[in-house]
Amino acid sequence: MEQVAVLEARAELEATERPAVDKRMTAEAAVALVRDGDHVAIGGTLYSRTPMALVFALLRQRRRHLTVSRPLACYEVELLLATGALDRIVTSWVGIGLPWGLAPIFRHFVERGKASYDEWSHLAMGLRYKAGAMGVPFLPTLTMLGSDLARTLGLQTVACPYTGQQLAAVPALNPDVAFIHVHRADMFGNVQVDGYRHMDADVARAARKVIVSAEQIVRPEEIAAIPDQTMLPHFAVDAVVAAPYGAYPHECYGLYGPDLAHFDAYAVSVKDQGPAAGLRYVEENVDAYADFAGFVAAAGTARLAALAADARELMPR
Amino acid sequence: MSGVTAEELMAVTASRLLADHKVVFAGVGMPLLASAVARRIHAPKLTIVLEGGIIGACLLPGKLPISTNEMRAAYGAQMLTDITDIFLYAQRGYFDYGFLGAAQVDMYGNINTSVIGTVERPRVRLPGSGGANDIISLCNEVLIVTQHEPRRFVEKVDFITSPGYLSGGNSRAGAGLACGRLGAVVTDLALLDFEPATRRMRLRGLQPGVTVGQVRDQTGFDLLADPEIEELRPPSAEEIAIYRELRDGSAGGTEDSAVPESAHAADQPGRVPAGPS
Repeated sequence: MEQVAVLEARAELEATERPAVDKRMTAEAAVALVRDGDHVAIGGTLYSRTPMALVFALLRQRRRHLTVSRPLACYEVELLLATGALDRIVTSWVGIGLPWGLAPIFRHFVERGKASYDEWSHLAMGLRYKAGAMGVPFLPTLTMLGSDLARTLGLQTVACPYTGQQLAAVPALNPDVAFIHVHRADMFGNVQVDGYRHMDADVARAARKVIVSAEQIVRPEEIAAIPDQTMLPHFAVDAVVAAPYGAYPHECYGLYGPDLAHFDAYAVSVKDQGPAAGLRYVEENVDAYADFAGFVAAAGTARLAALAADARELMPR
Repeated sequence: MSGVTAEELMAVTASRLLADHKVVFAGVGMPLLASAVARRIHAPKLTIVLEGGIIGACLLPGKLPISTNEMRAAYGAQMLTDITDIFLYAQRGYFDYGFLGAAQVDMYGNINTSVIGTVERPRVRLPGSGGANDIISLCNEVLIVTQHEPRRFVEKVDFITSPGYLSGGNSRAGAGLACGRLGAVVTDLALLDFEPATRRMRLRGLQPGVTVGQVRDQTGFDLLADPEIEELRPPSAEEIAIYRELRDGSAGGTEDSAVPESAHAADQPGRVPAGPS
């Protein structure tokens, strides 16, 4: 378990100028905020609203010795493992989903001790980010008690000072950098999300640096027109990256569904070729293009239109 | 009813355990399908909650969500919130049922979805808890549905990902798990519960045509048996038809033809079907 450092994270925040300036930049420039050895928290969940444009930029830079945390991790952690960027995964679940079976690259690295997996419960991950976001060192909860998850992680309990009740004390997590993908942002970093928010608000507020990618960069007046949709204010965001289809091949609520055929092709290649397929995927889908827009364009307008239609069909009407 | 699969049998049996006007926190796959069947047959006011932050989930027949965090899971929902918030509703005590599958379950209802072997030397590293640990720790009554095989029903799980009654007796409460109890385990062979004193798994009912001996053969530990074992009612034609429609889409129709309008009519009794946009 990493050291709890909420006061350090707070002091750092206090000491940082946070001007309301134009924070737009390319994904590559934004992801340069990540240093070797950092803890990167990836927003969204599983294959929903994953900040894929930012993940691809990170893959391109071939960082080393990273820790990645996520509510539920999909194959993006396999790509980071396969390129040698990742030492440690902190989450509650790794895979794409039941139809695709176990994650072979993840298994390869963790079973051989080449990467470690700190397995928390889903709520515990949420409370770790929430404690980090609240600026307190832990949160009490009634989950994870009695399990081997708690034993393996060295999770501590705490007695309620009023009743004596025993609770799990879930430690705060303050990631070095958070990647968050959203529907809309203005240039200052006021960001809005439609639909479910996963753990994104807490992930961002817990993190020391926050990079946001947005489907659309809008004028500040458009944010102010629907302020109840704003998930993060500008002073909690360090970089804003324009990224249409920025979660593709994963889904973005209301805009496009997940590209399940893309997952199928990935899973088949990994099954056939093992971990080498992960590296090949990165070479063919990340390195081969000048930027993420190139990868998206290669999917073709017909496929993207079909995914958009899938999303529209599921929206309230 | 001929040609009923083990999966269909489990889903229908489990669906009957869900009462109307209750709230069920369901995992994807069979727990979600069984919950949807219950809404169609006898529990139209059953509220389905999914860990992606979705309250009042419905199903679009033939387009079941694979993840609890995707748009298909959010279809027709009454409320979308965040993940942590959903689990805090559970911790507050709002969720009558938690409904889980299990790769490996032991005589005290402990579930392993983490590792075959040990964490230090894993033979197979499984995906992990996801929300299962929280669901079994925090929901009022937990239902487990899984296929009845010796490799799944083991005396002691390799790793307690999700705590049932731990080592039996009062050990669950002793560990600080102040909430929740394990209600039933539903399999393709039987209905089981947990004996109140020892908290050991106990045979309560048999699926049609199944014998006690068959259940014991497929269980990797010494199973307690209730003095009065009931024979479970076989699935009705209606239950099976609804299950298959939800899973596969409308019978006879192409996948897309009927979908947007019929889905509301199908899975939301009492709600006026919305027109196409």
